[in-house]
Amino acid sequence: MLIKFYIKPRKGVLDPQGRAVAENLRSLGFENVKDVKVGKYIEVYVDETDREKAIEEAKEMAKKAIVNEIIEDYEFEIVED
Amino acid sequence: MKFGVAVYPGSNCDYDTYRVIRDVLNEEVNFIDYRETNIKGYDCIILPGGFSFGDYLRPGALASHTPLTGAVKDFADKGGLVIGICNGFQILTEAHLLPGALLPNAHGKFVCKHQYIKVENNNTPFTNNCEKGQVLKIPIAHHDGNYFVDEDTLKEMEDNGQIVVRYCDKEGNITDEANPNGSIKNIAGVCNKEKNVFGLMPHPERAAESILGTDDGIYILKSILNSI
Repeated sequence: MLIKFYIKPRKGVLDPQGRAVAENLRSLGFENVKDVKVGKYIEVYVDETDREKAIEEAKEMAKKAIVNEIIEDYEFEIVED
Repeated sequence: MKFGVAVYPGSNCDYDTYRVIRDVLNEEVNFIDYRETNIKGYDCIILPGGFSFGDYLRPGALASHTPLTGAVKDFADKGGLVIGICNGFQILTEAHLLPGALLPNAHGKFVCKHQYIKVENNNTPFTNNCEKGQVLKIPIAHHDGNYFVDEDTLKEMEDNGQIVVRYCDKEGNITDEANPNGSIKNIAGVCNKEKNVFGLMPHPERAAESILGTDDGIYILKSILNSI
């Protein structure tokens, strides 16, 4: 199975990259850009067929390594690879 | 007194740190490989600056899960002195040995310059050789030095005297202009509740000989000697 992690700066945490990209988009004429968040996308391929187990494992991975919950928010989804 | 300097793949201030301890402090010092688990016999472990594991995932994240960092956690739990400088500070927060996290600098740029910092708490093993309120001139060089912590934890840290040094101007004024990276409340370095683990973004090891323009880092390094 494949675990897809979507990580972005936590709400209220400064995101200098996002701010710079937002300014850049506005300078290109996209004047309706309100905000940009630059995050990370991580794919973890696991040798697992039980979906529930993969979900539990994904949560553990996020907590222990993939995400720093002080500064990042995340979501994940599990798909067949 | 015996120091250990951690060496992770990508550490790059390890030799500077080693040299200052050996040749300026004249104390015993060894490098310790990141795969090592036995750190018996050391009085103080230093996690040096650099870009451990290429800053992959997040600065300090991968280094915080190595065998050596695991041993450093046990060492710290037993009261051993641990100091993390720059990337070492990032590793200590990722290892949850220190509260908070280090975000990218607010202005988005790498910052490399001499910086004034003010000693807020001189009642720690790392600052006892300083006066309270003393202003030190010490270089900084980082991209991710923007200290962040939630408000409740910050309040607790302030009450416990865990805010050890703050960025300031030459006269010791804590101002926005003197804040080089956007750190919350100008925080440059913090310690744990027990005061035996200290992390800071400035590099005292780069300011230990007057020929380098400032030797104020010695105040911090000599404090450690007083503590053992």
